[in-house]
Amino acid sequence: MKIQLLFFGIATDLVGENSIFYELNSEETVLALKKELLLKYSKLKNIDEFAIAVNEEYAEDDLVLKENDVVAIIPPVSGG
Amino acid sequence: MKNTAVLITSEKLMVQDCYDFVQDATCGGIAVFVGTVRNSTKNKEVSLLDFSSYEPMALKEMQKIADLALAKFQIHKIAIHHAVGELRIGDIPVIIAVSSAHRKAAFEACEFAIDTLKETVPIWKKEHFNDGEVWVNSHP
Repeated sequence: MKIQLLFFGIATDLVGENSIFYELNSEETVLALKKELLLKYSKLKNIDEFAIAVNEEYAEDDLVLKENDVVAIIPPVSGG
Repeated sequence: MKNTAVLITSEKLMVQDCYDFVQDATCGGIAVFVGTVRNSTKNKEVSLLDFSSYEPMALKEMQKIADLALAKFQIHKIAIHHAVGELRIGDIPVIIAVSSAHRKAAFEACEFAIDTLKETVPIWKKEHFNDGEVWVNSHP
């Protein structure tokens, strides 16, 4: 099952990507994906924390991801 | 009639545009918050700030703030404009303008909007110094 991953702010610098397609083995929750990403991209541990947005909305940890979801890694925001 | 205006742009922000949008004959006051780039952070001299955004989501979150402000406070109109790209000392990254019949609601809604924007809207700034750069808020 394929999803799109978007990286922003410091996450772009740490991972070296803006946008990639990513294969999930099965239906997975946001929390499971977060853990997977921290293993795959260990440099993400340099960020205090990050939120996940699915299809342009902040997502809770228990949300189950679907095929073609656009999943954004949102490091602590600093607008204003 | 639309009572909210949200904008993300790489062009220069204009205070007058926000003011003109919210101005109305029914209103007794307009509160305007203008964020400006400061020349130092934690006693280090800043050369420029580079703002980036997840634009479609940032616009949605800004719209939520504007709608919530209208629901929560007795205000007439609200404009929230944010700039992206490289900004120098004194440049304007954000403007919030609110009009209301009575001033208290405009002050309160304006503060609510900038406080919430800083917490929820997916916009990031990188501070550039003479000897390096750092993403704001990103490290423990």
